[in-house]
Amino acid sequence: MEMPKPSDLVIAGKEELVAQLRAVLPGDAVIDDLAETRAYECDGLAAYTCPPMAVVLPRTTDEVAAVLRICHAANVPVVPRGAGTSLAGGALPTADCVVLGVARLNDILETDLPNRFIRVQAGLTNLAVTQSVEDDGFFYAPDPSSQLACAIAGNIAMNSGGAHCLKYGVTTNNLLGVTMVLMTGEVVELGGPFCDAPGLDLLGLVCGSEGQLGVVTEATLRILPKPEGARPVLLGFDSAEVAGACVADIIKAGILPVAIEFMDRPCIIACEAFTGAGYPDCAALLIVEVEGADAEIDHQLGLIKQIAGRHNPVEMRESKSSAESAAIWLGRKSAFGAMGQMGDYICLDGTIPVSELPYVLKRIGEMAQEYGLGVANVFHAGDGNMHPLILYDANKPGDLALAEGLGADILKLCVEVGGCLTGEHGVGIEKRDLMSTQFAPDDLEAQMLVKDAFDPKWLLNPAKVFPLASSAARRGAAA
Amino acid sequence: MDQPALAPANEAELAQAVAAATGPLRIVGGDTRGVGRPVAGQPLSTARLSGIRLYEPGALTLVAGAGTPLAEVEAALAAESQRLPFEPMDHRALLGSHGQPTLGGMVAANASGPARMVRGACRDSLIGVRFVDGSGRVVSNGGRVMKNVTGYDLVKLMAGSWGTLGVLTEVAFKLLPCPETVAVLRREGLDDATAIRALTEALGTPFEVTGAAHLQRGEGGAPVTMIRIEGFADSVAYRARQLQAALAEFGTFDLDTDPARVEAAWVHVCDVRGFADVPGDVWHLSTVPGDAPGLVARVPGAQAQYDWGGGRVWLLVPDGTDIRPLLVGMCGHATLIRASADTRAAIRSFQPEAPGVAALSDGLRARFDPRGILNPGLMA
Ligand SMILES: Cc1cc2nc3c(=O)[nH]c(=O)nc-3n(C[C@H](O)[C@H](O)[C@H](O)COP(=O)(O)OP(=O)(O)OC[C@H]3O[C@@H](n4cnc5c(N)ncnc54)[C@H](O)[C@@H]3O)c2cc1C
Repeated sequence: MEMPKPSDLVIAGKEELVAQLRAVLPGDAVIDDLAETRAYECDGLAAYTCPPMAVVLPRTTDEVAAVLRICHAANVPVVPRGAGTSLAGGALPTADCVVLGVARLNDILETDLPNRFIRVQAGLTNLAVTQSVEDDGFFYAPDPSSQLACAIAGNIAMNSGGAHCLKYGVTTNNLLGVTMVLMTGEVVELGGPFCDAPGLDLLGLVCGSEGQLGVVTEATLRILPKPEGARPVLLGFDSAEVAGACVADIIKAGILPVAIEFMDRPCIIACEAFTGAGYPDCAALLIVEVEGADAEIDHQLGLIKQIAGRHNPVEMRESKSSAESAAIWLGRKSAFGAMGQMGDYICLDGTIPVSELPYVLKRIGEMAQEYGLGVANVFHAGDGNMHPLILYDANKPGDLALAEGLGADILKLCVEVGGCLTGEHGVGIEKRDLMSTQFAPDDLEAQMLVKDAFDPKWLLNPAKVFPLASSAARRGAAA
Repeated sequence: MDQPALAPANEAELAQAVAAATGPLRIVGGDTRGVGRPVAGQPLSTARLSGIRLYEPGALTLVAGAGTPLAEVEAALAAESQRLPFEPMDHRALLGSHGQPTLGGMVAANASGPARMVRGACRDSLIGVRFVDGSGRVVSNGGRVMKNVTGYDLVKLMAGSWGTLGVLTEVAFKLLPCPETVAVLRREGLDDATAIRALTEALGTPFEVTGAAHLQRGEGGAPVTMIRIEGFADSVAYRARQLQAALAEFGTFDLDTDPARVEAAWVHVCDVRGFADVPGDVWHLSTVPGDAPGLVARVPGAQAQYDWGGGRVWLLVPDGTDIRPLLVGMCGHATLIRASADTRAAIRSFQPEAPGVAALSDGLRARFDPRGILNPGLMA
């Protein structure tokens, strides 16, 4: 992965910079020892590593502002970091950067159940938000599979999704406000515990901006009353086409499941071997979950089974209890772990129009064969967000590059059929150079104008999102 | 004085027209939402950028030209028992305007109705835009898929920007199926504070309330509090019973399932019909539901319609009243929606932003519309 050449000037100023940072932060909040900065050398895209020049771990918005003022004055790039679970290399450091980790900003500031919002510091984990309100019958809807570890800050930066977003939307639909520090150190409040702040929708712009517009330190989130119950039905089919058609029919029938998950045969086999979940041996498997009171769930699952019945399923297993639900979900929830057992993999995240599912799955199969690599598919079928997992061997020279080549071809295919490069993981460094397959130069220019307005010196997470060639002039001018 | 309207036939022509413009442009969709500081400029109509380009019911997605009449889209969706999730408000009754609301105008206004509270605003269902910025540059952002985090989200930025950053040429939405049944629970005679407590109680239950409104003066003249539930018939009946039980302390909420009456009741709320043809200015507050009755009480002589469980308040006040000084320190914001052109020239329609935020907005405007020709001053 090409990264911009680190600035010699910045690196030469390291000692002076660290001294300045130590002057505004507690002693244990500044890390500059190489042995320790290595802990921050990569995120979830572990194939790429680069220890940063220094790491800071502030505890307050004021400390974040102090750090940014110093880095701004010294022209030092800053890479914001939550929990480091990004799968796109969004938090990958550069050798001349300061990693600003928000993990210590992890307090809950205000919980207001009657008005259905919670205000937290942005380093709090996603799951901790739901845990803090679930005894009162509430939850925070976006639930990425990484929710035990990932931070709200990272969720906001990536506009993360989850298994239940078909019904509840993704992060941006559940985010009411943020406190954010601009690169200059200036603190701004966008939105608040109310809907649709006046003026331009800067909040909507910040969500999904991958840490390039400002450092988010606090967030106001919408919380929702927990549904009375939820239960899935597992449906097995002997072809992916048929499973895809079944998904479309369910949606057209006016049923809105909270989740429709899809797994193909390689994924089913891997999960079965890993968990013994009792999945049928078939070409495609759907897990469709609905919510509500018991009778309502029965009714909806009944309709879904009726629809599925018209597509000759090889298996229909309706959950009648929480134990049966857990058994159905077991394999799906372990999918990434199961694939990990089989070797190294790249997880793609392209989205396609659901009508293109059968074609795209067929093409992915053919392309994988051409490359001589294994691909397993597991994804959110209701919204077309695919997660092809490309298996490779990290110890085999050239295998990663081969896998990346296949990955790029699959993502181009997603764009070709009317979809996009990433549905929830973000662009980061991983898909940065593919952006021009989805966007015309003017489209990218418009996005870079936004970056100019928020961070004219291009110091925040500078080598991400935009193709290096497209952003070179701006990054160069600012340096 | 009025210059002839520009009415480009397609996106390329529109881009040329903007690039060639020598003075301010007043962007016109259906011209039904005359909100904000009045704009002087040559009218630029999107009327000819009309037509549904793609509608896939099985994928819950629709793409259409920005000049497409909303009515045309709603009819196409209704034929498949689908709908726009956010229940777009029709401003015509309230503003006394005429013409056909267009998709572009709806997006520019981020016009959302009672369902916004649970299903999100227009901006939440908008998944793609094409627009021409103030330099005449054609920009595409988002697309036609529901989940998309590729690059910055200019889709959100365009929604609610009232044509001040770019002229929309095409918009894409995600859709929802229409429910089998819609019902309303109605209780007359509650005072504001009690009504908001009842709505808060209802919204804290798992019974999926999709509308929660309180009108100080309902259609019969008495205060009325309304709760909407939607879904399969049996489920609606069950949830209605559960809600009635949960709200017992507030008296009896009567269930109404008559489709025509239920529909009319929510159109009345959505379009703020209660304030149509009634003299006075109309303000829109967005706030924390629990604060709403207290804010309303601070405006003497005001009449209120609460929506979103209290999070949205429509206020009818005597002509020319600036309510912001009365609401100093409120959590949220106040927007002037209906007033004479003179009042809208004198009182800022949009709540002034904090200096840091205003600087960011100004920075964006300066870049997307460097010559300041797109609806200049409308949001100022
Ligand atoms: C096993 C596994 C499963 C996953 N499942 C899902 C899933 O289901 N859905 C999904 O959407 N994602 C998923 N992810 C991806 C990842 O968890 C999400 O992108 C997550 O939101 C990242 O959060 P983080 O706190 O780890 O952020 P990081 O990885 O630390 O950073 C992510 C991005 O956020 C920026 N950032 C961090 N903090 C701030 C801040 N304070 N201000 C501004 N920018 C900041 C960083 O610069 C970076 O660009 C998964 C990852 C793993 C490893």
